[in-house]
Amino acid sequence: MATRNRPLSPHVFHYRWGWTMSLSILHRSTGLILSVGTVLAALWLMALAAGPAAFAQAQAYAGHWSGRLVLFGWTLALCYHLCNGIRHLFWDAGKGFELHHARRSGAAVIISTLLLQALIWSVGYGLLGGAA
Amino acid sequence: MSLRTPIKQARGLGSAKDGTAHFIAQRVSALLLIPLAIWLMCGLVGLVGADHAAATAWVAAPMNTVFLVVFLAAMFYHSELGVQVVVEDYVHTEGLKMLTLLLSKFVHILFGVAAILAVLRVSLGG
Repeated sequence: MATRNRPLSPHVFHYRWGWTMSLSILHRSTGLILSVGTVLAALWLMALAAGPAAFAQAQAYAGHWSGRLVLFGWTLALCYHLCNGIRHLFWDAGKGFELHHARRSGAAVIISTLLLQALIWSVGYGLLGGAA
Repeated sequence: MSLRTPIKQARGLGSAKDGTAHFIAQRVSALLLIPLAIWLMCGLVGLVGADHAAATAWVAAPMNTVFLVVFLAAMFYHSELGVQVVVEDYVHTEGLKMLTLLLSKFVHILFGVAAILAVLRVSLGG
């Protein structure tokens, strides 16, 4: 029961949808996903502090293909939120508001996200030996 | 000549009811999180399948401990601010909004403290 039933200015269904709008809502969605994921990260750290037995159980979950998928998704969300966050910081400084700029920076964000994700997973797996 | 009314001056706030503190805090924590998050993700991915000894060694390494603690504090703070904005955008029933915001704050504080303490226990306790 909302205490306010006043009409909203039409937005979502009344403007022609552009892909930059998708990037915008994706920033919010990834933020929420990350908030949930950090709770899982906190639980993992607590398992580590609890001792080898508890940690082995946590690693069993994390090492399972579903756990790895969750980690992959979480890092992907983090990469996107980070890159788009930098884009937001430029907007906060007043730069890049023109639509063609926004489109270009949006494309750069998508590419950077994928590159950053690839970098992190190759460093993590390759250099630090996470494939065990 | 100040355009503020006396009551506004007394409150010291704008129409958003909290000034720019939230906005600035969100951006500052974001800046801090950029390098820390990248570093942490590399480390975490590297710990997939690691045993207790290896993970403990990584967390307990002095630089890693410092980065982890600062990262966790900044991240839970940044996350709390973000969730607050989302709740304020979509929840308009005053009582429910207040409840949800308080719940979010407390959950973030609880898990943030728990995570940081876990890191410290691993790093200092052994």
